[in-house]
Amino acid sequence: MRGLAVFISDIRNCKSKEAEVKRINKELANIRSKFKGDKALDGYSKKKYVCKLLFIFLLGHDIDFGHMEAVNLLSSNKYTEKQIGYLFISVLVNSNSDLISLINNGIKNDLASRNPTFMNLALHCIANVGSREMAEAFASQIPSILVAGDTMDSVKQSAALCLLRLNRTSPDLVPMGEWTARVVHLLNDQHLGVVTAATSLITTLAQKSPEDFRTSISLAVARLSRIVTSASIDLQDYTYYFVAAPWLSVKLLRLLQCYPPPEDAALRSRLTECLETILNKAQEPPKSKKVQHSNAKNAVLFEAIALIIHHDSEPTLLVRACNQLGQFLQHRETNLRYLALESMCTLASSEFSHEAVKTHIDTVINALKTERDVSVRQRAVDLLYAMCDRSNSKQIVAEMLSYLENADYSIREEIVLKVAILAEKYAVDYTWYVDTILNLIRIAGDHVSEEVWYRVIQIVINQDDVQGYAAKTVFEALQTPACHENLLKVGGYILGEFGNLIAGDPRSSPLVQFNLLHSKFHLCSVPTRALLLSAYIKFINLFPEVKPTIQDVLRSDSQLRNADVELQQRAIEYLRLSCIASTDILATVLEEMPPFPERESSILAKLKKKKGPGKVPDMDEARWNVNGNTEHSENTEPTNKSSPPSLVADLLPTNRPRPASYSPTILSAGNMAPSHPFTDLLNMNSSPAAGASLLVDVLFVCKNNGVIFENQLLQIGLKSEYRQNLGRIYVFYGNKTSSQFLSFSSSVTSSDTLKTHILPLLRLLLTDLSLNVHTMPVDPTVEGGAQLQQILNIECLSDFSDTPVLNVQFRYGGTLQNIAVKLPVMLNKFFQPTEMTSEDFFQRWKQLGVPQQEVQTIFKAQHPMDTDVTNAKILGFGVALLSGVDPNPANFVGAGVIHTKNTQVGCLLRLEPNPQAEMYRLTLRTSRESVSQRLCDLLSEQF
Amino acid sequence: MPSSKDVSASLAHILTNKACPPLIPGTCSSLGTHDTIGRQTGIRFILIQNRAGKTRLAKWYMQFDDDEKQKLIEEVHAVVTVRDAKHTNFVEFRNFKIIYRRYAGLYFCICVDVTDNNLAYLEGIHNFVEVLNEYFHNVCELDLVFNFYKVYTVVDEMFLAGEIRETSQTKVLKQLLMLQSLE
Repeated sequence: MRGLAVFISDIRNCKSKEAEVKRINKELANIRSKFKGDKALDGYSKKKYVCKLLFIFLLGHDIDFGHMEAVNLLSSNKYTEKQIGYLFISVLVNSNSDLISLINNGIKNDLASRNPTFMNLALHCIANVGSREMAEAFASQIPSILVAGDTMDSVKQSAALCLLRLNRTSPDLVPMGEWTARVVHLLNDQHLGVVTAATSLITTLAQKSPEDFRTSISLAVARLSRIVTSASIDLQDYTYYFVAAPWLSVKLLRLLQCYPPPEDAALRSRLTECLETILNKAQEPPKSKKVQHSNAKNAVLFEAIALIIHHDSEPTLLVRACNQLGQFLQHRETNLRYLALESMCTLASSEFSHEAVKTHIDTVINALKTERDVSVRQRAVDLLYAMCDRSNSKQIVAEMLSYLENADYSIREEIVLKVAILAEKYAVDYTWYVDTILNLIRIAGDHVSEEVWYRVIQIVINQDDVQGYAAKTVFEALQTPACHENLLKVGGYILGEFGNLIAGDPRSSPLVQFNLLHSKFHLCSVPTRALLLSAYIKFINLFPEVKPTIQDVLRSDSQLRNADVELQQRAIEYLRLSCIASTDILATVLEEMPPFPERESSILAKLKKKKGPGKVPDMDEARWNVNGNTEHSENTEPTNKSSPPSLVADLLPTNRPRPASYSPTILSAGNMAPSHPFTDLLNMNSSPAAGASLLVDVLFVCKNNGVIFENQLLQIGLKSEYRQNLGRIYVFYGNKTSSQFLSFSSSVTSSDTLKTHILPLLRLLLTDLSLNVHTMPVDPTVEGGAQLQQILNIECLSDFSDTPVLNVQFRYGGTLQNIAVKLPVMLNKFFQPTEMTSEDFFQRWKQLGVPQQEVQTIFKAQHPMDTDVTNAKILGFGVALLSGVDPNPANFVGAGVIHTKNTQVGCLLRLEPNPQAEMYRLTLRTSRESVSQRLCDLLSEQF
Repeated sequence: MPSSKDVSASLAHILTNKACPPLIPGTCSSLGTHDTIGRQTGIRFILIQNRAGKTRLAKWYMQFDDDEKQKLIEEVHAVVTVRDAKHTNFVEFRNFKIIYRRYAGLYFCICVDVTDNNLAYLEGIHNFVEVLNEYFHNVCELDLVFNFYKVYTVVDEMFLAGEIRETSQTKVLKQLLMLQSLE
């Protein structure tokens, strides 16, 4: 095509972008006029112009004509014309509906042509485009081409992969059938190219329905065995640099990774032999010095090791694999060192090879120090993390800390987390742990996330024996003039709790401690200052002697009139609290933090077992608070939105479920009263009006606060908080009349699986200042216009599906009023969200593959299909919303753990909207059938 | 230590949370079956670029819209060209990895799943390059420019649907010569 070559040369000779555009526009005009011209173009010219258009498109210009001419080329009898037609379609065609039927017609003719070259062109086109329309038209036809006895080998290869593509894009349209068994037998085909293509197809199909393709195991082993034991000349065409069929070997080994080790003893030993042979070959002197030889050989070797690790059943093979990788750790090829580190990471989690991996610790540490490629160092960090256990944790943590000093910024945060996890996990004494975390903050303070410093505080609070040491250490660390703000947070918190333990030493007397903290106060951010203010009020309780000093600080204009509402509020409240509360009350309100509950979810335990420590997602303390706060921002005043969750995250112990004996006074004093204007509940604009009680189950699935009942007399509002299997509901009863309600009482009826404790009704005096909220024993009268608060503590003992009912009784104007309202306590309230990666998600998803574990429903959308609303609902449902997991960004994927008293049930969910049909499909997988069903029922009513 | 079990509870989830934007696929219809959610292996795309970032071949095995393709092309170029010869031939890329090899001024890049076999694809590239070299008799960048439509044919013979289709150089070249003889 000389015209094409000339055109390409012209374009290449263009000196500027403008010249190029000009030349292209000229050409486009020319082609357009040729296509429109009266004279019919011959096939060659058509091909040439279509090819030029394609070139122009590939240069990055839009093409809006020529499609029809390209489609016309499909019906040419000449290969080169057909080829250009198909190429244009594969590269450029989007679901252009008016052309699809013409294209499909061309493909159909070629498939039926019995001309292998044309058939291949057609099959390649389907495989390249893979559209649903093509699947609909051809999915049923291709299997017969694939297994027909008279099909040429090269057509079989294309047909196999074409089917694979359609199976990936439109699996529902590729029917399994009697052809499947015959496809498996392609593994025996004479032609290794056919076997290569068929192995890919079978692997893909076997991943989806392993049972249907179980017979492929023996054939794959037999084929593999013939390849690895062959002399290299046997497979002539398929020998690559003296390695027999390396790609096919890799594919067969991957196919075998779809299955557990073969049960049949003979088969199993044959496979073991193959794997041993592959390992042996790695020790033989190379047959060529070329890197291609060693790469091909090692490609097979690494895949064999992957299979050995996948089986995780042959200790000898595992240890041999480990030794082989150990040699690679010192290889001069960077690629091999990288792959060895990566592969060893998975070996480290096998009980059989963990010890063997550990012997390479020095080499790995050396890699961390000397490798030039950051991605290799990254793998070394991963491996150190994976091989860490009690015996080597101090060494590994020390090495990682020292590496952290010079580590690339991109991976610092990850290293910080890893060090923090290892330090905690393997701490023999907590002083080491505290030192390590403080070191982390010193070396890489900016990369220490909240979770890390929350955690050190939790641990210090839970471990009596380390508290004095921690106080002393942070006190010393704070002496550094330029200490990191995170250190100040930890320091403020710990001294606020345990400063008394070092106050005996005159060098760290209360006043010295306070001055030390306060000297840094003005340099830090609002959340830190808020935390320090809380530390100060704690000081007032711990050290009455510094009370005047601290009161002076709180009283200063920079606090009381601070522009930040959170700081101002704290200063005012704390000052007031310190002035009016008796020592006893102060001591109660500001008592030492009780231990944090230790917990582990089942989903974690499983992931951990599977993946080894570390890659395990979980929720943290903070999320609990965030949960509470998101609700406020919806329906109360905006200040809550701007203030960080720190209000509840720090010293005041309201953020966690308390022992039953815990006095609710503290709760109100801490943050309830100012943040939640109870009066609002009476005038709340939010929707549920009279009769709303019927809908409570639906409306409150995804939210925790709001009005659940209202008539002319009474309004009942709720604010609820859940934590693991515990919940606390604040019920507000508002008397809307101007007369008294007499003999007011309430009770809750619930199933056996929910335990409800009702605290006596509390009387709130609305006129009082925030801190003067008093609680009183039951007062059976409710004044006109007044509001009562009641606290319900709820415990979920096991999964349940019925809804508890709140019964309210009172006398109004001589008539006894009886009101029964469903309480919005559903199973999903006991969710803790779980973040996880795409990889973890898929793994878990597969593990929950038993049919009873899955519940699926397809339903019509009841509300407009708005992504943000759906996001909010799924979050409100209680699971973590995982983005980037589903290959289709329009779908929603979530994960969480339901906590009941005795068990925890991991739950994965996926919601697929179909806007055209206004339908959703919801799929849930949990380890318990009843849970799957209940959650599915609850959530499907939300959209 | 009592909390050792709890260790990962508060921290480890962040490790897994290192958010990298996934390749934005659109291959599955919005109500595709579960299986589309399963881990798919194989090639996502093949790129041949020169050092200046000019694309000499782009072959896509997943649906991307044109803007995404352009973005991917630029990102791959940025990721690959900064690496030196002593570095590995593998580089993490979003949720995937790029296996690449440089021949003179051209980078041959294959984007595959993180679980795919690095060396097999690395040699897959080399096998492909040897075929090109044979077919174009000492291939150079200009051959790929002027014969871009033939390069697609070579690719389709060796890689199809994101999988390796044929590995025998003899067989591929025989087929290519046969096609060449057709008019």
